[in-house]
Amino acid sequence: MRDSLSRRRLLSAGAIGAGGLLLAGCDRLSKPGPFRSLLESAEGAHFHSQRLIIGDALAQEFSVADMSPNFRANGNRDANGNAAWLSHSARQFADWQLRVDGLVLRPLDLSLEALKAMPQRAQITRHDCVEGWSAIGKWRGPQLGAVLKSAGLLPSARYIVFHCADSTGTSPYYESLDLIEAHHPQTILAWEMNGAALPIAHGAPIRLRAERQLGYKHAKYVMRIEARASLAGLYGGKGGYWEDARGYQWWAGI
Amino acid sequence: MDDLFPDTTSAPDQLKRHRLSTRIWHWINVIAVTVMAMSGLMIFNAHPRLYWGRFGANPDHAWLELPEFPGWMTIPSTYSLADARLWHLAFAWVLALGLLFYLLRSLFNGHLKRDLHITCAEWSPSHLWQDIKDHARLKFPTGAAAARYNVLQKLAYCGVLFVLLPLIIFTGLAMSPALDAGLPLADLFGGRQSARSLHFIAMCGLVLFVLVHLVMVVLAGPVNEVRSMITGWYRLPKENEVKDDA
Repeated sequence: MRDSLSRRRLLSAGAIGAGGLLLAGCDRLSKPGPFRSLLESAEGAHFHSQRLIIGDALAQEFSVADMSPNFRANGNRDANGNAAWLSHSARQFADWQLRVDGLVLRPLDLSLEALKAMPQRAQITRHDCVEGWSAIGKWRGPQLGAVLKSAGLLPSARYIVFHCADSTGTSPYYESLDLIEAHHPQTILAWEMNGAALPIAHGAPIRLRAERQLGYKHAKYVMRIEARASLAGLYGGKGGYWEDARGYQWWAGI
Repeated sequence: MDDLFPDTTSAPDQLKRHRLSTRIWHWINVIAVTVMAMSGLMIFNAHPRLYWGRFGANPDHAWLELPEFPGWMTIPSTYSLADARLWHLAFAWVLALGLLFYLLRSLFNGHLKRDLHITCAEWSPSHLWQDIKDHARLKFPTGAAAARYNVLQKLAYCGVLFVLLPLIIFTGLAMSPALDAGLPLADLFGGRQSARSLHFIAMCGLVLFVLVHLVMVVLAGPVNEVRSMITGWYRLPKENEVKDDA
């Protein structure tokens, strides 16, 4: 029994030591290197398996009764640091224009009135923040696919990038979608939220709704939409502000 | 190596208790469950409030609000939602595929039927009550009886295999906005925020299981128990031995 007891002590000492090593080890393994690359490869597995399972299915839509009584605004609450946006905001975006350019046949400048004159889609959907909370709201605006169609994407276009007026420090907010999410029927440029003009805190004059993605994809204060062949060479090259700044996954489906 | 159970060529007080598939899955899960729980607590720290229903955010009523979990409980040890998600979502594959392969393997090699199936006799209240009393008195089976799982053990293992692990995996999937588009997962659990709450509750259940499991291993003789999960060989406790040990 003495033998067994000392072995027992050894085991528990080993367990405590292993616990300490585990913590230090996990932090070390999080640093750039082969193990982190292995962890990061899971994003590709999510992307391909989820696309395979969901196809072009629509995100769940809700009834008015399901809506959040108070929809939390998140991220930047204004784009006051951007002089152009600030002056447009002061004039209720009356002569604001959305620039659509990059790998397109016909670069466009679309006023808010022009966007409102297009066929509209209204949807009551759930907004899922990467932090874990959810809010349900009603959104209305033209489908991004229709905007892209009128600009005419060139065959080399692979990604649609959303350049925003807001920034954190000196880093402007931007996000990107591939062509499948960009052409998804529920991907709209919302100028209306819960039946009223999109509030400043939620990204006036327009914000992107990409309903099968987490909240950070839903770019606010969108000023320019650019079609690109690659995300490389644009800011940090990872396709979005949070992707560059914090390492959030570009595929925001989970 | 897998089908030597029980081994007849060995000394009568030893037997091959755990198959290779059980041992491999056990140690993979030691790592996977630990990483999932600790990285999950860091993800929870990003918004340490739980809601019920389809939506839930700061303006809404939270049924549970906790202080943030300290660094020694989380992966990584300092705040990083992005890195925690990196760990959590990668090891989710290990946890889910591990369970899938283990359940299939255990179905086909007879482990489920032979070792985990709870018989009618074991379901009888008197049998259950006897087992509860034995556990409360720390009276563990000896000799040949120790070769089999007792009914409380079977209930605990089946609860983990068929309730807690599937629940934590499917509530995890239900939180994915992409998967929710194709599969009605969130509403299956009463909405995405309910799924998130159930995910947390299932984690608490698994942690409780692990704690009780570790206590039982220590009480039943840790060297013998740990060795049997490494080599497969289990020494059947003799009549007077368990008492001395405890």
